[in-house]
Amino acid sequence: MTENPARESRLLRGVHRTVTGLHPALESIVAAIVGLLIGAVLMYIWGFDPWKAYWALLRGAYGGSYEWASSLARATPLILTALTFSICVRAGMFNIGAEGQMMMGAMAAVCVALFAAPTVLHLIIGLVFAAVAGALWSVVPAILKVSRGVSEVISTIMFNWIGRWLALYLAIYVIVDRMRPEKTLTVPVTARFPILVRGTDLSASIFLAVGVALVMYFLLWHTTMGYEVRAAGLNPTAARYGGIRSKRTMIISFLLGGITAGLAGATIAMGLPPSYAIFGGGAFPELTNLGFDGMAVAMVGRNHPIGILVAALFFGGLNAGGRVMQFYGSNPVPLEMIRVVMGAIVLAMAIPELIRLFPAIKNQGERFFAVLRRRRETRSKEGKA
Amino acid sequence: MSWMDIVSLLRIALHAMVPITLTAVGEIVGETAGLFNIGLEGILLIGAFAGALGAEIGGPWVGFLVGMGVGAVIGLIFAVMSTYWKGTQMVIGIGINLFAMGFVAFGLIQLGAPGFHAVPREVQFAKWRTPMGAMSPVILLALVAPFVIHWFIKRTRAGLMLKAAGETPEAADVAGINVNRTRLLAATFGGAMAGIAGAYMSIAWIGSVTKDLSAGRGFIALATVVFSGLNPLLALLGGFIFGFFQGLAEWVKTLPSKPIPFQFVSMLPYIVTLLVVSGAIGRVRFPKALGEPYKRE
Repeated sequence: MTENPARESRLLRGVHRTVTGLHPALESIVAAIVGLLIGAVLMYIWGFDPWKAYWALLRGAYGGSYEWASSLARATPLILTALTFSICVRAGMFNIGAEGQMMMGAMAAVCVALFAAPTVLHLIIGLVFAAVAGALWSVVPAILKVSRGVSEVISTIMFNWIGRWLALYLAIYVIVDRMRPEKTLTVPVTARFPILVRGTDLSASIFLAVGVALVMYFLLWHTTMGYEVRAAGLNPTAARYGGIRSKRTMIISFLLGGITAGLAGATIAMGLPPSYAIFGGGAFPELTNLGFDGMAVAMVGRNHPIGILVAALFFGGLNAGGRVMQFYGSNPVPLEMIRVVMGAIVLAMAIPELIRLFPAIKNQGERFFAVLRRRRETRSKEGKA
Repeated sequence: MSWMDIVSLLRIALHAMVPITLTAVGEIVGETAGLFNIGLEGILLIGAFAGALGAEIGGPWVGFLVGMGVGAVIGLIFAVMSTYWKGTQMVIGIGINLFAMGFVAFGLIQLGAPGFHAVPREVQFAKWRTPMGAMSPVILLALVAPFVIHWFIKRTRAGLMLKAAGETPEAADVAGINVNRTRLLAATFGGAMAGIAGAYMSIAWIGSVTKDLSAGRGFIALATVVFSGLNPLLALLGGFIFGFFQGLAEWVKTLPSKPIPFQFVSMLPYIVTLLVVSGAIGRVRFPKALGEPYKRE
């Protein structure tokens, strides 16, 4: 560019190239830091010590093997609900219905308690039930969008609420445990995911979640169907001229999303000790918001299955660590703070090129290098003279 | 169904109409200017919480002002992020909703009772005694606001500027309209309206704050906007329809005979919303630049 490329500018270019290669990941990290900082400010305003709280959170999330197991267990359903959101984003739509689809999946999975079957078969039947229920709950908004043009943002939210009330009805009247009416029937031992680490709630359902993520990666990036879905999401008009049936890809992406959300419900019903049941009495404490948290995971994972695995580990850690943080001695910060942080992270993720939003920092850096350059020039002139 | 039943049903319906109509009217202004804010649900929730706090500090009027102010601030943040910073509007809206869910639940715990906070009766917005029973005067605001906004969009220069910013921002820019600033003002107004609606729910209607107080009303308001095709007068009608079915659900719940489980009754407003929206779409046309950040070439 310049006649005599100075050494520092070459160095800078090298750094810049590395940074742009890592750009997406870097933006997610910056967004996470911004979110955590906003959370810290709010904690400070409410009179908590943010550093103590985050320290408790960090130790509660990744401080040892028990904590790691707990974080992974929290990450499991988040991976699946995040996939729901990200598949549809890849197809150019905002499916915010993971919440309702997941609840229907959980209810369908609990239905395995109504009959007996051999060990593995029972589990598989439950998963199929959950996947079908999630897909059914997801395909109606897709059909409404294709046939009537109803925005999926509105229809999926309405289906969340309808699904929530339907699930509550089922949990209280239909598949209720007659001895303990506050919860549903308990999933029998033959249909449970085995526990991986004794004494924790990490079950083999994590393999299901990771496996589904890998399958979705393969489907979206290595098959014709996935190519069509992504093409329709990138540029619907071009895709249509390219012979892609956009209505078909919409329905396919919603079906895939519904299946993963339904499986997320199944991992709670069939893979979360000690209850292996859903509590309708407290209005689903273990299910509520998994679908919405999944959206945050999907965005930080940049809607890529592999990114989602990493992001889910982070958010699973937040959830697991948050449980420790809320009972941390003199500084008990309520668990709800975690969702505030999630919201702030999503807000930060919404801005493209977040890093460039710090023009002040950039200007300062430029000015600094300009001063360096000028000094070197004067020095070299002095040397010549 | 006796005469008294009809009157009480109508009263509940009018009260339930207010938050939906106010939010929808605000969103109509925002969408006319080209911003699609799905964070209304979150603004309603935070507005309700902030309004309740404000009312307890300085009385009902302060509560309304605080709710409106907080709503306007969130609307402004949304607008700055989606205009000057070119953010994705859907994602920002989702972020606002997540943030609000966490923030209000967190705040309720800090106030002492997780998940529930009652607003003392003496700081609630007084209801008027009418032949129909106790009615909140805010209903009048919801009845008048659509007409004012309709006049504003159709008959004033500023309203045309709004339309231009949403329809063809390039042309508006050439005509000397500051597109981003216009959108900023529109979205701030939309946020303020949702904030008022939230404050109304906590201090003039329900009288308490819960963590799912908004209960999808922000999205029902979005559905109302779709149904109305950006016509505030139709938003009034739509708000009344949705309010009526919410009122019906509330009314059936109070019946002593319990003809159907209340879970099914509670689904009613959402099912009706879906039906109305899927019936209404097709004739509706939205601004061309809706949801797109404006970038000058």
